[in-house]
Amino acid sequence: MQVQLTINGEKHEADVEPRLLLVHLIRDVLRLTGTHIGCDTTHCGACTVLLEGRAVKSCTLFAVQASGKQLMTVEGLEQDGKLHPLQEGFMAEHGLQCGYCTPGMLMTSVAFLEKHPKPSEDDIRRAISGNLCRCTGYVNIVKAVQHAAAALQGGA
Amino acid sequence: MEPRTTADVGGMGHSLKRKEDPRFIRGRGTYVDDVQLPGMLYLDIVRSTHAHAKIVKIDSAKALAVPGVLAVITGADLAKYNLHWMPTLMSDTQMVLPVEKVMYQAQEVAAVLATSRYAAADGAAVVEVEYDPLPVVVDPRKALEPGAPVLRTDKKDKKDNHIWHWEWGEKAATDRAFTEAAVTVKENIYLPRIHVASIETCGCIAHFDKIDGKLTVWMTTQAPHAIRTVFALVAGHVGLTEHKIRIISPDIGGGFGGKVPVYPGYVIAVAASVLTGKPVKWIEDRMENLQADSFARDYHITAELAANKDGKLTALRIKTLADHGYTDAAANPSKFPAGLFHVCTGSYDLKAAHVEVDGVYTNKPPGGIAYRCSFRVTEAVHTIERMVDLMAHQLDIDPAEFRMKNFVKPEQFPYKSALGWEYDSGNYAGALQKAMDTISYAELRKEQAARRARGELMGIGISSFTEIVGAGPSKHFDILGLKMFDSCEIRVHPTGKAIARFGTKSQGQGHETTYAQILAEELGIPARDIQVEEGDTDTAPYGLGTYASRSTPVAGAAAAVAARKVRDKARKIAAHLLEVAEDDLVWEPGKFSVKGAPSQSKTIQDCAFAAYTNHPQGMEAGLEAVSYYDPPNLTYPFGSYICVVDVDAGTGEVKVRRFVAIDDCGNIINPMIVQGQVHGGLTMGLAPALFEEISYDEHGNVQGGSFIDYLVPTAVETPKWETGHTITPSPHHPLGAKGVGESATVGAPAAIANAVVDALWHLGVRHVDIPITPAKVWKLLREHGVRG
Repeated sequence: MQVQLTINGEKHEADVEPRLLLVHLIRDVLRLTGTHIGCDTTHCGACTVLLEGRAVKSCTLFAVQASGKQLMTVEGLEQDGKLHPLQEGFMAEHGLQCGYCTPGMLMTSVAFLEKHPKPSEDDIRRAISGNLCRCTGYVNIVKAVQHAAAALQGGA
Repeated sequence: MEPRTTADVGGMGHSLKRKEDPRFIRGRGTYVDDVQLPGMLYLDIVRSTHAHAKIVKIDSAKALAVPGVLAVITGADLAKYNLHWMPTLMSDTQMVLPVEKVMYQAQEVAAVLATSRYAAADGAAVVEVEYDPLPVVVDPRKALEPGAPVLRTDKKDKKDNHIWHWEWGEKAATDRAFTEAAVTVKENIYLPRIHVASIETCGCIAHFDKIDGKLTVWMTTQAPHAIRTVFALVAGHVGLTEHKIRIISPDIGGGFGGKVPVYPGYVIAVAASVLTGKPVKWIEDRMENLQADSFARDYHITAELAANKDGKLTALRIKTLADHGYTDAAANPSKFPAGLFHVCTGSYDLKAAHVEVDGVYTNKPPGGIAYRCSFRVTEAVHTIERMVDLMAHQLDIDPAEFRMKNFVKPEQFPYKSALGWEYDSGNYAGALQKAMDTISYAELRKEQAARRARGELMGIGISSFTEIVGAGPSKHFDILGLKMFDSCEIRVHPTGKAIARFGTKSQGQGHETTYAQILAEELGIPARDIQVEEGDTDTAPYGLGTYASRSTPVAGAAAAVAARKVRDKARKIAAHLLEVAEDDLVWEPGKFSVKGAPSQSKTIQDCAFAAYTNHPQGMEAGLEAVSYYDPPNLTYPFGSYICVVDVDAGTGEVKVRRFVAIDDCGNIINPMIVQGQVHGGLTMGLAPALFEEISYDEHGNVQGGSFIDYLVPTAVETPKWETGHTITPSPHHPLGAKGVGESATVGAPAAIANAVVDALWHLGVRHVDIPITPAKVWKLLREHGVRG
């Protein structure tokens, strides 16, 4: 089947099997390998991307379901050489270690902060509870999101 | 400790931002599955539905009819090359693919090679395997009963399921101490099977180039050099020699011990690439990862502790059944089949101890690897910390006071333990006191009494652990004969920048940053000017890899030693440039100056340039050094953790209200990274304490084989960790450092378990095995008369 979609502002077309998972289109066909795969059961969130601004787990959608839509992956966060405040926050607060869950954490947090610009710590913990991290113990991820929230509030 | 270098140089003690992060936060890391080569084929594995069965027939016809499927590989195919079995790191044997029978559910049965990921999976789904079920043995105690089915029928003359017996310590003296003891306590403690569940699973791309006969394997491995040697030893007879094998361990999405072993999938991918001459990718999915990759723990422990009438501990006696699954594929140093379990006297001054461990075969996957822990140290720490708590409660002495009374004292270091270890340094009372002060321990006990009077279940648990890491001194430590040194090679370029390569491999620990900081500390070259590389066996010096918190104790020491060799040569060059004797020079980080004439000086960068442009006559050009560091002793990080839990009498749920962790890992290289390691370690301590277990039903069916029922904690269940540290340097490590990556995983479960038992002690509860699930607690409460 033919799919057409826009990823990080760029138009892509591909001829895919109807059963092709969106994450495999992104990674294997379009070679945007920042989006990762960590489980088979929609639990880990390493594959999280934005579909029309909503955080979705791209291992649980077919590529054809994204046809005609706008996607953003981790590769799209940096704009004109300027990092997204969340990317800055994760570096500043040591919010990552092995880096494998990081793209998914970032994309979940981007969508979350857009709807909840002034979150409490509990709000953040609930928001990222669909994304598993085995390295950080989440403390510094929470701080990274708070760091970004403050920067976004400050008009950064 | 105040840093000796400026923030600009970024040596030890600076919380330098990580060099790794710019690529990771942009999604520009390169993990194994990100590597895609032209013409690459894909491998998918058919796995056993039975825990123990004869293979009657494997019918590949339907799979071969799937478009894109090129081959179905079976044990019979590998047997032609004698590659159907492989040795384990513990000198046992493991099937790559079976010829006669399967030994656990999810074991590899056949592999499908295809032109795409999906075609390979389609093929694997329709390989038809006919099994003839055999009696299943899942309980190691039953495995040892007379008449139990003998599982390893491949081993000639094997008449039972007993693998090995190992014991350590003075049995007679220990037995005597128990006879003479005023008080003894005894408990059965089970540490269940768990899985490291790194978020990246395992996999590889094997690429055999038929023209130059070279095999390159991109692989999720924590020990690339050892893997290269193992491949050469195992597959030399089919033409793979060590100079024609290159292992590349790229960015690794978490290791924790699970990426030390050689899994059959790697070997099948290599065989498929050698046969086809094409790159072959194998990436396991999460269920394969949890169900077939190496497990951790599965220790059935019976422990006894003795004390005199004054509450002074005297002796420890432990017997353990170690369930290894169908083969001993643990990853311990060769001399120690139970790892370093005999550090089980912990932080306490015991005069006698004796430990016995028996390895047992069952119909479960192999493993016995660590779960973010030095070899079997969590098993040791959990046992002693539970037993000490039990004794304190039994004697009605506050567990903190009881620990203080029985700790090894600072003046006793270096301390020779009853089981023969020489602890390098420690101040156990200092760490516990700091933890007590931080959490306001006395206030908490008052609050607990008040709550208990109201019928509320609040518990306070302590764990004062001692770790043993940094394997290890070559006299006692080897893996398959390879001594457990590690290495650093440093080259300083003419313009004063440097590259350093190591025999270890970071999996998130931040080596690129911390190693650069060690070199910055020793050479005064800014950390940002030092490129750190690991993981490519064609370029990095030989080393045994990263696990058991050995990177800082061993490779970090190698970095310091190599840097000091570089500095010694730079001193000669500086003397030559300044026309003074070497002895007339004073070193401060980054600069040699003349004694009494500080304006006359040469920077390390000046010396580097001269090493290539104006070196003294008779000296070789260049500025580089290598160190293969053989540690004189292990290091013994320690800490004290205090945990406060509230137990819901209605549901049995345990909530960790507070958790204070005071760690001592000696001198600290990067405080930010050390704190991050402790946060992560604590969470991997919480996980098995409350949530994670892989169990099996009587038929050997795996329970907990996916993230649906293997419960990795999320941000919601994870408490807000409170961390701090004391600093007691290691006297033998060149930097006084000890290693920290695993301390918290080792120490945390006992603090949580002790807190839960503390909350329930007055009801008559004496012990609860981890994971402490709501169901388990609910049942205990009902058994002890609490109706909620």
